[in-house]
Amino acid sequence: MNDVKSEHTGGLRKETAAEHVGGHVVGEMGDEGDVGKVEGVGGQMGGQVGGWEGYLREDGRKGVRNLVLVIYTVECASFVAQRIAEGEQDTHVIGFPGCYDNAYAIRLMLALARHPNVGAVLAVGLGCEYTQPKRIADVVRESGRPAANFFIQDVGGTETGIAKGKQIVNQMREQITRDAKRVTMTMADLVIGCECGGSDGTSGLAGNPVVGRLFDRLVDAGGLAVFEETVEMIGLKEMILSRAAHDEAREALAHAYDKAMAYCQEVRQFSAAPGNFAGGLTTIEEKSLGAFAKSGSRAIEGVVKVGEPVWHRSRLGNESEQSMSPESANPSRGGHASKKNAGGLWLLDSVPDAHFMQFGYTNANDSEGLMDLIAAGCQIVLFVTGRGSVIGSPIAPLIKVTGNRQTYERMQGDMDFCAAGILEGRVTLDECADELLALVLATASGAMSKPERLGHREFFIPYKHQDVPLLQVGCRV
Amino acid sequence: MTQVYCIHREDNVGTALVGLVPGPVRVLGEVDIHEVAEVACSEPIDAGHKMASRAIAKGEAVVKYGLPIGRATCDIAPGQWVHLHNCESQFDERSNTLDVHTGAPTERDVYR
Repeated sequence: MNDVKSEHTGGLRKETAAEHVGGHVVGEMGDEGDVGKVEGVGGQMGGQVGGWEGYLREDGRKGVRNLVLVIYTVECASFVAQRIAEGEQDTHVIGFPGCYDNAYAIRLMLALARHPNVGAVLAVGLGCEYTQPKRIADVVRESGRPAANFFIQDVGGTETGIAKGKQIVNQMREQITRDAKRVTMTMADLVIGCECGGSDGTSGLAGNPVVGRLFDRLVDAGGLAVFEETVEMIGLKEMILSRAAHDEAREALAHAYDKAMAYCQEVRQFSAAPGNFAGGLTTIEEKSLGAFAKSGSRAIEGVVKVGEPVWHRSRLGNESEQSMSPESANPSRGGHASKKNAGGLWLLDSVPDAHFMQFGYTNANDSEGLMDLIAAGCQIVLFVTGRGSVIGSPIAPLIKVTGNRQTYERMQGDMDFCAAGILEGRVTLDECADELLALVLATASGAMSKPERLGHREFFIPYKHQDVPLLQVGCRV
Repeated sequence: MTQVYCIHREDNVGTALVGLVPGPVRVLGEVDIHEVAEVACSEPIDAGHKMASRAIAKGEAVVKYGLPIGRATCDIAPGQWVHLHNCESQFDERSNTLDVHTGAPTERDVYR
């Protein structure tokens, strides 16, 4: 696993990039000019420093898209919000359905509103609900982004609301295009997340392991990798703890594991669906082993909860450890604190914390998990699916990976990447990871993923509770 | 010849890469891709499902990825399909009540 150390290319061989990016991976992405872009990336990577132009945000994070985000604050405003964005270029929508507010959901929306791929935000409410569009816009403005808000009741209703919203969105797009701070990005600037769904027998053999190998390359290059689904780690406690980078991470991982186990017992359901069993998975332990393969092999730096941007957290961790003198005698912690480039591999915990009422299911569906990863600051998310899936995501492009040749061929319009060659003995895990890396970098430099091009923007923001004392609670800042 | 894929040297099951019919099946492994063994498959097994590559006694661990993924609930002979009907989780009690082919729940009272 130590064969890859090149910081800028992550070990991507030039001929592999040219061969696969020009040919089988991106050749299928369409003929709308992406191939040229992609080859450019391959050439840059094989050549000089391996960079592409991204968008610099005030907090130092860099985005791979420059989007206008429309946020609705109650289901009653969702129709108007969706119509505002309809037909508008680079304009995505998220929202929360509840009239009664929820700190977790607000935290999640605020993290998404200040995502590095987002350039400006319009918050739209009906006018009766608890969640306040103005408070959201204020927080976004503080982050250095243009923001606006209105209540539909105040502007006259559906038609006037849509017209006003479209006018604002267009102004904002002009502004963020004009004022964009372009910056060179490399792999060290990337935050990539991965989740799997619709898993079958190939997911744990090819789809997840190839992402794991990609994560190894990303982490070695100084980037951040985020994986999730603690409820799909059941049975693997010792194995997970053995991957902890230091004692603090080990404690956090043990806590997350124990909580996930208690959660599954409480709701009397382990995280395996009929399709998983039909696809050949027999037990949750088997699914867990396959799911955990996407974490790769590097040390796990810690656990983030939903709405905690991992980029900030990885730096905060370093600072707080330096200031926490009682623990500085611990060599593993000392080593961590001295790390300058705060990249690494992180676990995202989306399981609800114990609360006065046990509301909130962990990842009720795949879209929720993707929202959690994107809220962690992932500029691109990977979705591994053996059986096939037709979801996408707002804000961060989704890349769909399958290890199942039949699925890939049947659903080629939706699947970005086929890892089945590993099982067919046609390609090694390392070669396949190089191909996937080339696709990820092409997407980072602007090539659209298949779900992105198809217009998939599914999202899911539920009521839930998590204790996150370090973060501001709701909008009450 | 059809193939199953063993991930780890200590595995006693392999994953069917294509649908299997009774007859000889080649066992491939990532550990040493040139190490090829053969097992007689004794029943139809769908792609993605597991075939026992060795005999597994009742109560013994079913091993995949080099780690136990469950326990055999009866003796399993090499070449047999390994799934919900003969393998149980250490944690999950519901899965063995699911339909062995579709995975669909079989409890009736919820839909009454």
